[in-house]
Amino acid sequence: MTESIIRFDKVNKWYGNDFHVLRDIDLDVAKGERIVICGPSGSGKSTLIRCVNALEEYQQGLVTVAGTALTDDVKAIEAVRKQVGMVFQQFNLFPHLTVIENLTLAPMWVGHMPKKDAESRAMQQLERVRIAEQAKKYPLQLSGGQQQRVAIARALCLTPKIMLFDEPTSALDPEMINEVLDVMIELAGQGITMLCVTHEMGFARSVADRVIFMDQGQIVEQDAPEAFFANPQNERTRDFLSKIIAH
Amino acid sequence: MATDTFTPIAARPPPVDTEGLLPWLRRNLFGGWKSSLTTLLLIGLVLVLLPPLAQWGLFQAVFGADANACQAARGTGACWGVVTEKWRVIIFGRYPFEQQWRPEIATLLMVAALVMSCVRWFWKPWLALLWVAVLAIFFTLMGGGVLGLEPVRTDLWGGLPLTVMLATLSIFLAFPIAVLVALGRRSQLPAIRTACVIYIELIRGVPLISVLFMASFMFPLFMPQGMSIDVLVRVLVGITLFAAAYMAEIVRGGLQAIPKGQLEAADTLGLSYWQTQRKIVLPQALAMVVPSMMNNFISIFKDTSLVTIVSLYELTGALSLALNSDVEWRPFKIEAYLFITAIYFAFCFAMSRYSLWVEKQVAVSRTR
Repeated sequence: MTESIIRFDKVNKWYGNDFHVLRDIDLDVAKGERIVICGPSGSGKSTLIRCVNALEEYQQGLVTVAGTALTDDVKAIEAVRKQVGMVFQQFNLFPHLTVIENLTLAPMWVGHMPKKDAESRAMQQLERVRIAEQAKKYPLQLSGGQQQRVAIARALCLTPKIMLFDEPTSALDPEMINEVLDVMIELAGQGITMLCVTHEMGFARSVADRVIFMDQGQIVEQDAPEAFFANPQNERTRDFLSKIIAH
Repeated sequence: MATDTFTPIAARPPPVDTEGLLPWLRRNLFGGWKSSLTTLLLIGLVLVLLPPLAQWGLFQAVFGADANACQAARGTGACWGVVTEKWRVIIFGRYPFEQQWRPEIATLLMVAALVMSCVRWFWKPWLALLWVAVLAIFFTLMGGGVLGLEPVRTDLWGGLPLTVMLATLSIFLAFPIAVLVALGRRSQLPAIRTACVIYIELIRGVPLISVLFMASFMFPLFMPQGMSIDVLVRVLVGITLFAAAYMAEIVRGGLQAIPKGQLEAADTLGLSYWQTQRKIVLPQALAMVVPSMMNNFISIFKDTSLVTIVSLYELTGALSLALNSDVEWRPFKIEAYLFITAIYFAFCFAMSRYSLWVEKQVAVSRTR
């Protein structure tokens, strides 16, 4: 492994007093590595990636992202968020802004970029996700797949080193899943570090460097995709895989 | 079930006759026997009510300022003469008679500025400067004491100028306070949150009249000797604080309707708290509460009539002032009240129409 960009060190998190959502998570992600996280619902996989950009707090252990230790410190959180882009299951585009305004908002207000530059960068990213012709529309005028591609472009506008995907295709109609996956595959080929929670095992197979299986807040098993799918070691992993790949 | 050939469903014929007057009548007024019956009943009602109303209000009515003619027409015709006779007192209250051109110009200016502020084309940075200028002119004209204008004490200000000024200023001032209080009530900081809750609950727990009483009579008792704040300012502050508490709850309703995902997306992009509120949360939250917000504006406009209680004679108060002391004209109160009703209605109806337009504007991003 080369240089590590994300490190979880014995991270524990509880919701309230009795729901132990992350248990002793140890994880090292190398720069440029592409990781797919899967597992049954409630297993803590979304919570895990949301800890990377401090959308979730944790109670014990330490998360370090791009050399910055994520504590309660607001400056640290700010610094980390500048390096990390995120794509949500529900897209979370800003419905009152046009596509291009969604993309230029953060570069202009957080990055203090002049409007012209922000717009030309936004158009580049929209072309990258093949949706430039929709720039002047409002998000709700687009299909789900188009909205998710806009969301990816929005995250890319801040030139992040790390991209987090939280079930990016789960809210999409089946015929739109591929247009989003295609964009993600293209992105994976460009050296960006990716953490992706998804059940698209085809995507995992073709893109991931490592597949992680989580259950009940623990990392149960992790391996390169060929080994992971061909020869899962753990009973629970086998059980899970048989359920989602059965048909 | 596999079929060999795909058979398309034949297109249906387009609807006939959807344009024009007759189809419109058929669709909206005679769409079925229930609708037809209601239409006929309503037409009948109008035919029964309209002639006597026209007789009273127009044909038998007295328009000249002639009290004897009005007396003679009592019971059969309206006495619009009361308006002809008293309109200047009703519109301008106790403001000195020869000086009434000042409130007239001041009010026209303020109404013009209000109308301009409603039109998108004028939403430019200089609009704020314009308002500063308009307010400066308004208070200079009304108060006098400079530029050779005779000074007029604020307790003599009255009628429509007072109504328009109180409503405009209290809405303008209350709105930002309301937004801040609404945000404060959802703040993570317990001190700020508690302070906002206490403020809202205290104000909502008392009627506006008692707030005005406190502002007018009790507040001066707590002021140090020799220091006094003008009664108009105290009343304005009272209405503003009162209105702000209600508006804050309306805004909070909008804030709560913003999905959590919007905040997470803003966090992820690195926007600060204030950037998130300004760029993401408030534009959506306020757009959602336009109807109830306008409702509140309209009720503030009418609530200004309560300042009569502390001897400020705005439109309604000026009307009582004009008639109560005049035995000759006092019997024709109803006509005079209909007159100010028309004035109130004109303002409130304009606000309500404007609200519909705003709703349409903010809905643009929601249309597919």
